[in-house]
Order: sequence, then C-alpha cells, then structure tokens
Amino acid sequence: MAGTRGFTGRGRSADPRLPPGQHDTGSGWPVLTAEVTPSVDLSRWTMTVDGLVGRLASWTWDELRALPTTTWSGDIHCVTTWSKLGTSFRGVSVDVLLEAAGPGPGAAFVLATSTTGYTTNLPLADLTGGRAWVVWEHEGRPLPVEHGGPVRLLVPHLYFWKSAKWVTRLTVLDRDEPGFWERNGYHDRGDPWLEQRYQGD
Amino acid sequence: MTGTSASAGPAGPAGSGSLTAPTSWATGVVREVRHHAGGAVVLRLAVDGMGPRLPGQHVVVRLRADDGYTASRSYSVASDPADPLVELYVERLVDGEVSGYLGDVVEVGDELEVRGPVGGWFVWDGVRPALAVGGGSGVVPLVSMLRHAGSTGHPDRVCLVAAARTLERLPYADELVGGCQVVALSQERSPAGREPGRLVAADLEPLLRTGQQVFVCGSSAFAEHASRLVVDLGVPAADVRVERFGPSG
Repeated sequence: MAGTRGFTGRGRSADPRLPPGQHDTGSGWPVLTAEVTPSVDLSRWTMTVDGLVGRLASWTWDELRALPTTTWSGDIHCVTTWSKLGTSFRGVSVDVLLEAAGPGPGAAFVLATSTTGYTTNLPLADLTGGRAWVVWEHEGRPLPVEHGGPVRLLVPHLYFWKSAKWVTRLTVLDRDEPGFWERNGYHDRGDPWLEQRYQGD
Repeated sequence: MTGTSASAGPAGPAGSGSLTAPTSWATGVVREVRHHAGGAVVLRLAVDGMGPRLPGQHVVVRLRADDGYTASRSYSVASDPADPLVELYVERLVDGEVSGYLGDVVEVGDELEVRGPVGGWFVWDGVRPALAVGGGSGVVPLVSMLRHAGSTGHPDRVCLVAAARTLERLPYADELVGGCQVVALSQERSPAGREPGRLVAADLEPLLRTGQQVFVCGSSAFAEHASRLVVDLGVPAADVRVERFGPSG
C-alpha cells in the first residue's frame, strides 16, 4: 500500500514488548471507561464463580485476600493503541478460583461481570494456566477505583478491555456470549499480537 | 472507545447500542482543511464506501510511512450522519506523532487510510432527549449529536454543555449558542455572561429532564467530575454514558 504523503513516522520502536500498532504510553496509565465510576462497598462485595460449575463458589473481600496471592509483572495493551510496559499487579490467580468451583464438562467460555453490569467474554483457556488474575494492588498500592479498584480482572495477554474493572462474577459457559464491547463492534478474543481489535479482525 | 483517542475498555451496563463493526480500511480523501487556535485542525474527508454513521461514533485514521511503518489513532466524528463528509477535529498534542502530521502536513487532496465508523455505545439514537456534557475536544462527538438534532428538525432534543478554559480553545464555539446550549469557561466570562469557573451543578441543573440520557465526554479528570455532578443531581448512573479521551499522539 502506498505511503501517506509526507508522513515519515517517529514512533518506530525496536522494543519487542510492543505488539503491532501499539505505542508506549510511558509512565502514564490512561483511564478509559464508558460509564460513571462506581463506588464499591467492600462490606457487601463478593467474588463469585458460577454457571457451568460443580459448585457455586463465592468469596467475601476478606476471604479473597486470604487466598494465596501472586504478583504479576509485565506489559498491558489497550485497544486504543497505548501500551504500558513493565508494570505489576498483585492478586489471586483465576486458576485458584476456578478450581474451587470446578468447571463442568463442556465448559469452554467465561463471561466476566462487573458491579456496574459491564461484561466481557473470554475463552476459558485464556483464564487458566496462570495467565489471568483477580487483582487488588497495582505496583504495591491499592488499585485505584478509576482503574477498577478495589478488584479487577487482569488478563494481560489480551487487550485490556478484557480485564474487567470492578469485577464481581465469573460465569462459566459452554458457548461464547459476547460482552459489552464485543456487542459494540470489538473482537471476541482481542489478542494484541494478532491485532484483533474489531469484529472481523 | 475515542477522540483525541478512542476510549476503549471497561465499563458499561448490559444495555447496548446498535452493533457496529467497522469493516476494512477505506481511503479518505481530504476535501477541506481548517486550522484553528492552538494548533487544532478540522479535516473533512470523503470516505469511499463508509457505511451509515451514528452521532457520537469515531473513526480510526492510519498513517503509513514509505517503509510500511504505520501509526493509528482514533478521532471522534463531528459531522451529522447526514453530512456526506466525515469531519474530524484534531487537537494538537505535544509531540503528537499523528496529530502533528494532521495539523502541519495534510493538504486538500491528500489520502488517508480510514476505518469505521466505530462504536455502538456512545451513540445517540436521535429520539431520546439528551444532555451532552463535553470538556474541550470532548465536545466533538457531542457536536455530531447537536447537528443531528438540528438537521432532523428537533434541535431541542439535545442540550450541549461545553466546558473549556477559553472560548478560543473551545471546538465549535460558534455552534454552541442559543437553544439550551451552555458554555462554561474556567478562565473567562462566557459570551452569555457566565462568570469564569469550572463546571458546577448549577450549570447542569436547569437542563435536567426526566427520562433524559446523558453523554459525558472529555479528559479522564473532566469526565469523572462531570459524571459525578450529574449523578449527584439525581440522574441514574445507568442513564449516563461516558467517553474518556486517553492520551495518544
């Protein structure tokens, strides 16, 4: 394809951590949400795994934090083209939560739901094998509410809209059920390395 | 997801606008270039084959260097869907790789790669009364709503409250007069006589109607402030749709 007249570009980065079409946002961390930031009452908040599971599993805030925690360090990628490199979160692996509930035969997808009603869909395989967490700390501090605090999903190998803010429920399904952005034109899986930004990519 | 950059990601009730999946890349031919204060530029593009648009949506613009390197950014569309041209208001960002090019280099006749329209959430259906609250370039997708209300013969269906530091820095200030439009400037008296100061509840309260949908667009800090004002005035959070501009060049 022909170049854009007069455009030379300056964002070339040899940084192998940047997926195609992404640029380094540096120390910033943009906030991009589509609704009013909620206030989450932790005394009434629970984390629940339901759907196609052997038993419904639910944790209070205190119970969740009593589970074995993991610190993840790496890079996150927003579909709007910024990436934040070398950041860290602490929380509990989704493996631990799923194990407590025991996904049933045919379990293949998960719908994550937030306190706001926001949803996002993920293949079960993207949430297992130590690749997804439910986190409440960012770089050693409590996760700020505008970034999904007190608790958000973290699935860093997919575009960041999959890492649902204010997560409260994971529903195991045998079919893929599009979530909020996925019904609004965005990709069902959202792999940054494949540039799966929009439906049809 | 938009603007100076598209807002992607978390949040939004299970309700949904119409599904809009952008198709492939198309060629947008630049038909008009208008430079504004502070380095902003208005571009009007003829995009061959672009499907129907909804007020509030954005497009992705992709620039390509001769060696194949590309840079993409999302920009809200200011034009009414009835306008055959896609109008973008591009605010110059410090060191903006894409906004700098669009502001300095682009001329009428140039071709840009364009994809869209994108977005099924931050869109106005053209029917439900709407209060649109924008900060700075956050007014751009709201101007599309305002223009649409006018062109469909229902100018009273959209009230636009625009906040900026100065009138000069407010996109489309000339269209934000009369009707139920409000201009709230933090550093100057507004043309309608409002004293300088940041947006407050009193700017919004007279415009609230039962059953209204509220659209808030701007920087993260502005969106947080304005959406909080609206909810504190009693608007159900479920009736508020927010688009936050993230930094991108």
